[in-house]
Amino acid sequence: MNARTAEPASGMATGLVRIEQPQARVEGVPFQADWFDAVDVNLSAVERRTATLGARRSVKKEWQAAWLVKAIQCIDLTTLAGDDTPGRVQRLCAKARHPLRDDLVEALGLTGRRLTTGAVCVYPTMVRTAVKALEGSGIPVASVATGFPAGLTPLEQRLAEIRYAVGEGAEEIDIVITRAHALTGNWQALYDEISLMREACGNAHMKAILATGELKTLTNVYRASMVAMMAGSDFIKTSTGMEGVNATLPVSLVMVRAIRDFLERTGQRVGFKPAGGIRAAKDALAWLILMKEELGRDWLDPDMFRFGASALLSDIERQLEHFVTGRYSSTDRHGMA
Amino acid sequence: MNKIVTILDSMDYGPSPEEDSHVRAWLTRHGGRFGQFIGGRLTKPDGTTFEVRNPADGELLAEVAEAGEAEVEAAVKAATSAFKSWSALSGTERARHLYAIARQVQKHARFLAVLETLDNGKPIRETRDIDVPLVARHFYHHAGWAELRDDEFPGHAPAGVCGQIIPWNFPLLMLAWKVAPALAAGCTVVLKSAEHTPLTALAFAELCAEAGLPAGVFNLVNGGGTTGALVAGHPGLAKLAFTGSTEVGRLLRRQTAGSGKKLSLELGGKSPFIVFDSADIDAAVEGVVDAIWFNQGEVCCAGSRALVQEGIADRFHAKLRARMERLRVGSPLDKSTDIGAVVAPVQIASIRAKVEAGVAEGATLWQPSWADEAFARATEKGCFFPPSLFTGVSPASALAQEEIFGPVLVSMTFRTPGEAVTLANNSRYGLAASIWSQNLDVAFDAARKVKAGVVWINSTNLFDAAVGFGGYKESGFGREGGREGMLEYLVPAWEKKARPVPAGKALPAPVPVDGDAGPGSVSASLDRTVKLYIGGRQMRPDSGYSYPVLDPKGRLITEAGWGSRKDIRNAVEAARKADAWSDMTGHARAQVLWFLAENLELRAAEFAARIDRMTGVGSKQATREVAASVARIVHYAARADKHDGRVRAPQGRMLALALPEPFEVIGISCPDEAPLLGFVSLVAPAIAMGNRVVVTPSQHHPLAACDLYQVLDTSDVPDGVVNIVTGDRDQLAVVMARHDDIAACWYAGSADGSAMVERESAGNLKATWVNHGKARDWHDPAQGQGEEFLFRATRIKSIWTPFGV
Repeated sequence: MNARTAEPASGMATGLVRIEQPQARVEGVPFQADWFDAVDVNLSAVERRTATLGARRSVKKEWQAAWLVKAIQCIDLTTLAGDDTPGRVQRLCAKARHPLRDDLVEALGLTGRRLTTGAVCVYPTMVRTAVKALEGSGIPVASVATGFPAGLTPLEQRLAEIRYAVGEGAEEIDIVITRAHALTGNWQALYDEISLMREACGNAHMKAILATGELKTLTNVYRASMVAMMAGSDFIKTSTGMEGVNATLPVSLVMVRAIRDFLERTGQRVGFKPAGGIRAAKDALAWLILMKEELGRDWLDPDMFRFGASALLSDIERQLEHFVTGRYSSTDRHGMA
Repeated sequence: MNKIVTILDSMDYGPSPEEDSHVRAWLTRHGGRFGQFIGGRLTKPDGTTFEVRNPADGELLAEVAEAGEAEVEAAVKAATSAFKSWSALSGTERARHLYAIARQVQKHARFLAVLETLDNGKPIRETRDIDVPLVARHFYHHAGWAELRDDEFPGHAPAGVCGQIIPWNFPLLMLAWKVAPALAAGCTVVLKSAEHTPLTALAFAELCAEAGLPAGVFNLVNGGGTTGALVAGHPGLAKLAFTGSTEVGRLLRRQTAGSGKKLSLELGGKSPFIVFDSADIDAAVEGVVDAIWFNQGEVCCAGSRALVQEGIADRFHAKLRARMERLRVGSPLDKSTDIGAVVAPVQIASIRAKVEAGVAEGATLWQPSWADEAFARATEKGCFFPPSLFTGVSPASALAQEEIFGPVLVSMTFRTPGEAVTLANNSRYGLAASIWSQNLDVAFDAARKVKAGVVWINSTNLFDAAVGFGGYKESGFGREGGREGMLEYLVPAWEKKARPVPAGKALPAPVPVDGDAGPGSVSASLDRTVKLYIGGRQMRPDSGYSYPVLDPKGRLITEAGWGSRKDIRNAVEAARKADAWSDMTGHARAQVLWFLAENLELRAAEFAARIDRMTGVGSKQATREVAASVARIVHYAARADKHDGRVRAPQGRMLALALPEPFEVIGISCPDEAPLLGFVSLVAPAIAMGNRVVVTPSQHHPLAACDLYQVLDTSDVPDGVVNIVTGDRDQLAVVMARHDDIAACWYAGSADGSAMVERESAGNLKATWVNHGKARDWHDPAQGQGEEFLFRATRIKSIWTPFGV
């Protein structure tokens, strides 16, 4: 059998129907501790799976180029720094509208097609600037909120911050959870808090940042994921980017499996966003493979999957130029954000 | 639509073929024809050849010459002449050669991986990431053993020229498992590769030559069963190691019986994959993928028999089916392939037949939705089989009992941990087990109770050169890897000079003695009837016969029971029941042995007199024998709580325990000489390690052992731990060798008797230990006691335990 016939033989993705309409909101469910109480995640098994995932699947040539384009479409192009200014945010938005050099877009045969990042992600006070800069692009603005990154301001203020950001035009809100609730096993409190945040979001989609680097154990990560989904999170997200350890494949695997379990129990489809430390095109491929293998084709579009990243785009641009020209590229050949 | 746009929609992986041009150039350089590798050179491929095909598409890869008698003879000759100088090298010198081989393997890693994939059909991911790195690791590890042999194994010598026969499922890895320890020990090798997959062994031979391995140290012959039989039957070999089917293992056991060859067999399995309700279910589902869809399921230790706790079975199977949908079967050279090609059409036919029989038997077969007609058409040129799951399987069905050796999982449910273990052990095999639970108590309890040589907790199909691998029951005996694996290629140095046991007289017939035998000493006391000792009770022999026990002058001392088949049967049943002995602590068993020594010493004079009377050795020598027997028991009382295995760390956050476990029931045939010391020297280590024994004492001089009945009784040796059946040693040894509930047989007697025990033990593939008619000086501690006895009295169970949070 020729390698080229392997794809149809494998039958991947047959039976996995893609849903084209806009993603329905996650409604959540009442708090149910028995959905996660008995779960105990085996670290070694998770690591073994993630260590071999990248070796079990490989995308090369046109396939790799297409997958990297897909990765661009899934990026929440992010700036979350103390020195953010309107000018910096405008520059970021311009890059989000125009992530890839025109000659490369043309060489990839994508001229005339919409190619933007998935969203732009900023602090609440930068939302208005971003919304204006992205006007007409269809790119949503995501805002972090709730006392990002530590989430230790009073609840009322955190909720007010959400309402502020939504009022400024944010269509997506990335909230942070109170880690103390997770670390002390106070899951009901966590559920109640996230439910209030979900309510405050109104029509804006909510991404719950679990700050997995501070939850430490994978069992905590699973439980926090499940509670966040029960409370109506549209996405669950690994990290703020400020923890000691940010997005890792093992943590992502556990969260993705929680999404799968939640889907099985409720029929509700929750999105996933790894964030922090994803800088290389190769990493992006590894995450896309993880999504495809554990959740399926539907989790490979920006309505269900995002990367929280700032530097990743630059590496993808270089890899795509290499695909087009056959020469290894340099950073200064691509417009910066 | 352009290609990128199409892919953006489908998000398919696309093809990702591994380059094979270098391997093809190598095949072309050899003109697609290969001979044998003998005395450091590849021979011309003349005579009969056989075809080697790529199972993925049927393409002819090469033609390889079949080795006949002349070639095997030449290979053994080359190995024999190389043995003198190779075994005389210092450990450091041999270590350097093994290190050079390890480096060669690493330097040509991708070449070997691609060649293996072309030849065998396994996915490139596995050859690249698993097989070849493990091969290099094996040579590195054994370079270390070569360096350390004399320090670590004092008093041992290399076994000699070794014949090794390897299977087609891991051609290069199995070569490494065989060759590395042999060379490290100082042995030389004649290896027979598998007929389906000879190519990587040929490449390895070239690498050896390139690495400067002395000519004749490694020799390779190609061919099928006929060539294998020539190797196995060659009288010039000291050792035969085989990995393959239980059926062939049995043939080899019979063929080599009595030849004096050491034998290690790594055979089939139907290994349980136990999922408790306390398991991380997703982890266990992924474990199944690594268990049975690794190497197309062509893995002797594959977790092919899932046992799932009933309460989670539906959920587990649903998750498993979803996972199966995503497996990719296809070109082995494609980097995104999970399951490649089965090795050959004949194997596909065998898998298909077993699957069809399973369906006919009423079990429910499930295959992924993509395993349809289009799949069949797309793969018809190659040997492809979709991953398959059988549920609704009963333990009694062929599906649950027989090895399928393909990507087929059969699944059953259990209710309680106890039932899980019972089902797990409900098999003639005992190679491996995989146990999934987040509860340490549950997992370890099962790990201890399951009868298997390798146990993976929350993991599966992990291998390492430092961790012994091998089976219980009909999965074979002997270990590969680790310290225990080295011992398979070494022999006690004194054995090389051992002399034959003097031919004994025939046993008198079990009838009353006629007048010519002369009167015995007239007893003033009541007549004492010497009975058998079974289950802690003195029993009359089932036959109703007794045989005369004579003194050296042929005078009657008394009569002993004429044990027969049924007495052995009863003794084994009594031994079976005494399982509490195996579960006792070493300390508890040590106390019993100390007490036994104490009680024997109290009656030393009486025993000495008895020995002298039976054997005529004189009272001084008889007294010495009793004292030595007491000392021997003390020796094993001392050892009982100290032979406790080893711990290895083959990976980060992983402990692998090498746990010596008893065989449970061992049949022992004692030597005629040293009637008390010989008996004690064999029985004490066996029971010290937790075995229960059925023993035939010295056939001509059984009374010393029979006098022990009361000592055993007074020393708190539990009923059934030691069972003694007097009578004709060889007749009783046959019964023991054929008994399927005895796991090991020890025999110290004639050469013919040794051959018979080895041959007849093939039924359930007992671990045998026979003397081949050679004498052992029981009084010499170097020969009569020590680690060798403990090694023989136990089998290593490797338990892999990952941890982490």
